[in-house]
Amino acid sequence: MRKSVYKLIRNHNVSPVLFFLAISCCLVALGAAASVAETLDANLKTLQSVGNEGKGNPSAAVAWQEVADCKSDSIPTILSAIDGASPLSANWIRTAVDAIAGRSRKIPLEDLEVFLSDVRHDPRARRLAWELIQQRNPKRAETIISSMLDDPGVELRYDAVDRLIQKASQANEELAVNEILRKALDAARNVDQVKQITTALRKSGQIIDLQHHFGFLAGWYVAGPFDNTDGKGFATVYPPEENVDLQALYAGKGMQVLWHEFLTADPYGMVDINKAIPGPGDGLKEVVAYAFTTFTMPVGQEVEVRLGCKNAWKIWGNGSLLFERDEYHRGMRIDQYRIPFEMREGENTLLVKLCQDGQAKDWTKEWQFQLRLCDASGTPVLGSDRRPTPRHSEAEATHGELQIP
Amino acid sequence: MACFITLLGSDALVQGDQSWPSFQGPRGSGATTERLPQELGGKNISWERMLPGYGLSTPVVHSNKVFITCSSGPEQDRLRVLCIDGTKGQSLWERQFWATGRTMCHEKTSVAAPTPCTDGVRIYALFSSNDLVCLDFDGNLIWLRGITADYPNVSNSLGMASSLVVTDGVVVAQVENDSESYAIGIDAVTGKNIWKIEREKSANWTSPLVLSPGLVGLQSKSGIDAVDTADGHFLWKYDGGASTIPSSCRKGNVLFVPSKGLTALAYNLSSQKSPKQLWSSSRLSPGTSSPVVVSNTVFTISRGDVLTAGDIETGERRWQLRLKGPFSATPVVNGDTLLAVNETGLIQLVHFDDEQGELKDTFHLENQILASPAIAGDGVFLRSNSRLWKFVDAKQ
Repeated sequence: MRKSVYKLIRNHNVSPVLFFLAISCCLVALGAAASVAETLDANLKTLQSVGNEGKGNPSAAVAWQEVADCKSDSIPTILSAIDGASPLSANWIRTAVDAIAGRSRKIPLEDLEVFLSDVRHDPRARRLAWELIQQRNPKRAETIISSMLDDPGVELRYDAVDRLIQKASQANEELAVNEILRKALDAARNVDQVKQITTALRKSGQIIDLQHHFGFLAGWYVAGPFDNTDGKGFATVYPPEENVDLQALYAGKGMQVLWHEFLTADPYGMVDINKAIPGPGDGLKEVVAYAFTTFTMPVGQEVEVRLGCKNAWKIWGNGSLLFERDEYHRGMRIDQYRIPFEMREGENTLLVKLCQDGQAKDWTKEWQFQLRLCDASGTPVLGSDRRPTPRHSEAEATHGELQIP
Repeated sequence: MACFITLLGSDALVQGDQSWPSFQGPRGSGATTERLPQELGGKNISWERMLPGYGLSTPVVHSNKVFITCSSGPEQDRLRVLCIDGTKGQSLWERQFWATGRTMCHEKTSVAAPTPCTDGVRIYALFSSNDLVCLDFDGNLIWLRGITADYPNVSNSLGMASSLVVTDGVVVAQVENDSESYAIGIDAVTGKNIWKIEREKSANWTSPLVLSPGLVGLQSKSGIDAVDTADGHFLWKYDGGASTIPSSCRKGNVLFVPSKGLTALAYNLSSQKSPKQLWSSSRLSPGTSSPVVVSNTVFTISRGDVLTAGDIETGERRWQLRLKGPFSATPVVNGDTLLAVNETGLIQLVHFDDEQGELKDTFHLENQILASPAIAGDGVFLRSNSRLWKFVDAKQ
């Protein structure tokens, strides 16, 4: 090494003083860069460590200011810190990127594109990278988004599907339109987009299996009614919560209760307990029902149980309480609740407790839920024992009903 | 009478009206000392700008900066806080957050329904997802909270809408609903809980009201609880029941509560005694809009879109005027003019005295407007789901 340096100085006629000065400057610069990188890393770790109820806020505010003061070439590094961060930490980090981008004339577009193309990064961080590209180079952003139909990022995929829907609206021939819409439907995970696409496809006679598309669970065993006078049934532990025995006979509210099979042919998997357990007039009030199903997984996987429900409810997965909510008739939609569930290889069980209150108004007679299993992007997780979507006649035999949206 | 005037007299010391720091303005009355435009028309629009998302929160104004919240994205889970120059309407900065709580709302409302508040140093913004953020006036993030992450069942499937107040260094949030229900006092500097009170499990969209520095009134279906913001202890309670949609307003130490129509309560700052009921009037029952009070008159807009002026001493009706509704936004008022905006975007300017109210002018914004206006300095700030306007008096 020493010989090489002497040789370099001699061959290039460089002053030894100047040479060592230059080397020193480089080392100082490298050291400073390393120090900047270390400081950024430490600050990002501080932002990653904030917790609930304001834990870590004061130190995060100091760290945030230093991160927000970074040069724009740090943006990809800062975005990377969103990977694996909690939702709170992700917000601390993304707002620092907002601040940097807001005051920077130039941002590293090529590096952001590399970041965006790496699907191992957090989908929302990648979306933010795309939006930064879009702000500075809209044409390039449009080219990129059209290739993101299968992206794990919900919003990136949404925009890619949106571009296809637009393309279909500009096509002239029905065959071409349907081909584009079919492609869009395969990629679509957003409920509104799926409804928009299926409405168009159905006009040309296309048949679409929405239960399968979303992964709604159609086959359940239902038991009820149990008592929920004054809402007390929500907290009452009825026998199915202790052990699901599909052959059991229970003492219910004014009657003996058995489990019986219920299939729904509703395209969005609605399980209407008023049909499963018919009551007088506007349906039973101040009652509890249970719905039980099994689900076989080829391998263990963390999934999201996505529930829509306007009655009070509890859900158990493999016997463990996953979540509960004591709210009645405030509203319902698909994917209203997203509950993480670690499914195991082989058979898994799901038990839903569904409570109906005593409100008398007509719109409070609804006693129903819709449930599906999917990953974080909304892509359905289908059990290896999934049965074909029930036909109308099959559902009718169990009191289920087909509802065309 | 002398006693009543004393009760009403303390607001003269409150900060000036260059700011509109929270939902019901600088005094919790919906009133301003600023001049309102005397006529309406395109020439009164100082500026107009598009907003990047939906929202029905009231703009908050301080130091000639307009702070406004909105939400966007397919799931309305992109939460946005914007700071806009009050003079020219230009964007000064914007910060975005990803919702950490549920964003489901009734289609008429929005994730950006709660109105932010400011103490003149920082801006505090709450969303229906229960994400609560604190920024300084330059857009630097000071702290943030995910209240649904803290307490997973704090949410309402119709949407949360209670606005924030800040007093004596404490941000007060009412996150009250059917399943898990709290009022929380949060340190304005650190974002940590100072206190957390368990509240009745019942949906409630009303907003806390500052009764005096360090004292807030929490309205619910049961009535009003007065809470010391230093430690969250209750000072007094009014248990006559109250609405869960329109919020109370106050003038001095008299509170006007949407209860049994409208009820006036006189409270004593140095006493833990329950407030004295001055009157109660079913003729002053508000619809969705909250009551407002100025000088010796309290105003309500009924479900039938009738503007009623009531005497604040007796509760007697002074006059009525039918407006064009329906109304969600709370009106704003000064000494002789009331400005009300209906859901279709029709602004209605009412001149009044003790004897009568008269519709002086109207102007149609052709936008659905559910957000209450803000008044600060020379401007009236109004927002729809997609736009923000500043109106000024063209004669000035």
